[in-house]
Amino acid sequence: MNSKSYSLFLKDFKSELRTRYAINALAMFIIVAISVILFSVGNEKISASLTGGLFWVVIFFTAMSGLSRAFVSEEERGTALTLQLIAAPSTVFSGKLIFNIILVFAMNTVIAVLYSAMFEAFVIQNFALFLTSFVFGNIGLAVSSTIIAAIIAKAGAKGTLYPVLSFPILLPLILTSVQLTLFAIDGISFERAKFELAIVVSYDVIMLTASYMLFDFIWKE
Amino acid sequence: MIWKIFLFLLLAFVSIAGIGFPIVEKPSAWYEFPLIPGLEENAKIIFFHVPTAWLTVIAFFMSTIYSFKYLRKKNLDDDVKSYAAAQLGMIFCILATVTGAVWAKFAWGSYWSWDPRQTSIFALLLIYGAWFALRSSIESEEKRATLSSVYSMIAFVTVPFFIFVMPRIMSGLHPGSADDSNAGPVVDFKMNGNMQLIFFLSLIGFTILYFWMWNVGYRSILVREKLNKQLIRG
Repeated sequence: MNSKSYSLFLKDFKSELRTRYAINALAMFIIVAISVILFSVGNEKISASLTGGLFWVVIFFTAMSGLSRAFVSEEERGTALTLQLIAAPSTVFSGKLIFNIILVFAMNTVIAVLYSAMFEAFVIQNFALFLTSFVFGNIGLAVSSTIIAAIIAKAGAKGTLYPVLSFPILLPLILTSVQLTLFAIDGISFERAKFELAIVVSYDVIMLTASYMLFDFIWKE
Repeated sequence: MIWKIFLFLLLAFVSIAGIGFPIVEKPSAWYEFPLIPGLEENAKIIFFHVPTAWLTVIAFFMSTIYSFKYLRKKNLDDDVKSYAAAQLGMIFCILATVTGAVWAKFAWGSYWSWDPRQTSIFALLLIYGAWFALRSSIESEEKRATLSSVYSMIAFVTVPFFIFVMPRIMSGLHPGSADDSNAGPVVDFKMNGNMQLIFFLSLIGFTILYFWMWNVGYRSILVREKLNKQLIRG
């Protein structure tokens, strides 16, 4: 992380504060997604394990609605070429990644708070485990969705293609995170969730490495 | 030419033997298969299900290898080879899913039960589907080749999770269920000599078939592109 990628992040952050496009879209999407689930549940009592799965459904679709902005906006505004001139590919990727990680953390914190307020069955017994899996899950989500967003932006900003391309890549992370959330709901100790946590961490590392190695090819295209 | 006749004879023999040879309690003649408890007559699908699943993996690997080659050398022929391999991989992936579901219906009681292997083949289907969707959305040849190569590399690094990791996670999802394949008869099946022979002959036959189809496939795409270019030039 050098100062250039930090200033790139600051640029994204400021332009986001000016237009508030991604923040507004994400906030509205969270409300829509949670209320759809609330309406479809109705007066039914849903089990704690089902809320754990639905939690990640909301996270996945919210991420898919807003995270492609990072690169799509550069292509739309025609500023991608300028960026190519002034910064190395890895710098650009770092800047976009920091922005998306912060966006994912903000978004998922809001989802978690709203979600636990709306669903009585969603009670976390082992909060430390939930927090750990939440942090590593968010990083993995941000990394994968950033690199797919770069592909999408070059492919002509096909919005519908984004979840289609991301889902198979995110599937190992989502399945493991659902499992970890269920563990946290059941109050299972760190010792027994060690294997699942190791999967999430290794997913993050592998995806981060692969993204940095492959981003050059996408960016120069 | 001679090896095509040989391949035809081999696959014809495997098909006839795989479907026609009887399964008996105590095999004595060379054409009789042993009875495997829990599988009975269902065991015969192994001659067709395992080769398709094997070729799905081979095609996926070849597609990734040629994608990697394309990214290094930027030769569009490699992209065509990768595409031809993926096309065949998609066909064999669908075949493996369908034969697997049919087998699961008779061995485990339902067509689909989100067993670890079923989940991984489903993920592979999704990856192939997404890959073709990505390719069809891009007009420019070089751009399409680069972006789809990058995507197949990213998809490739998630494969170890499906192969090595999912079985542990999924068995945690439904412990002790009836369709838990770890304790089922599928894993520790016992084949006798002639059954193994036909099984490996089928594997070899289908692999040769795959490489032949792949060869014809990518060469026909190359010829078509060449003709298109000639037509444009006038």
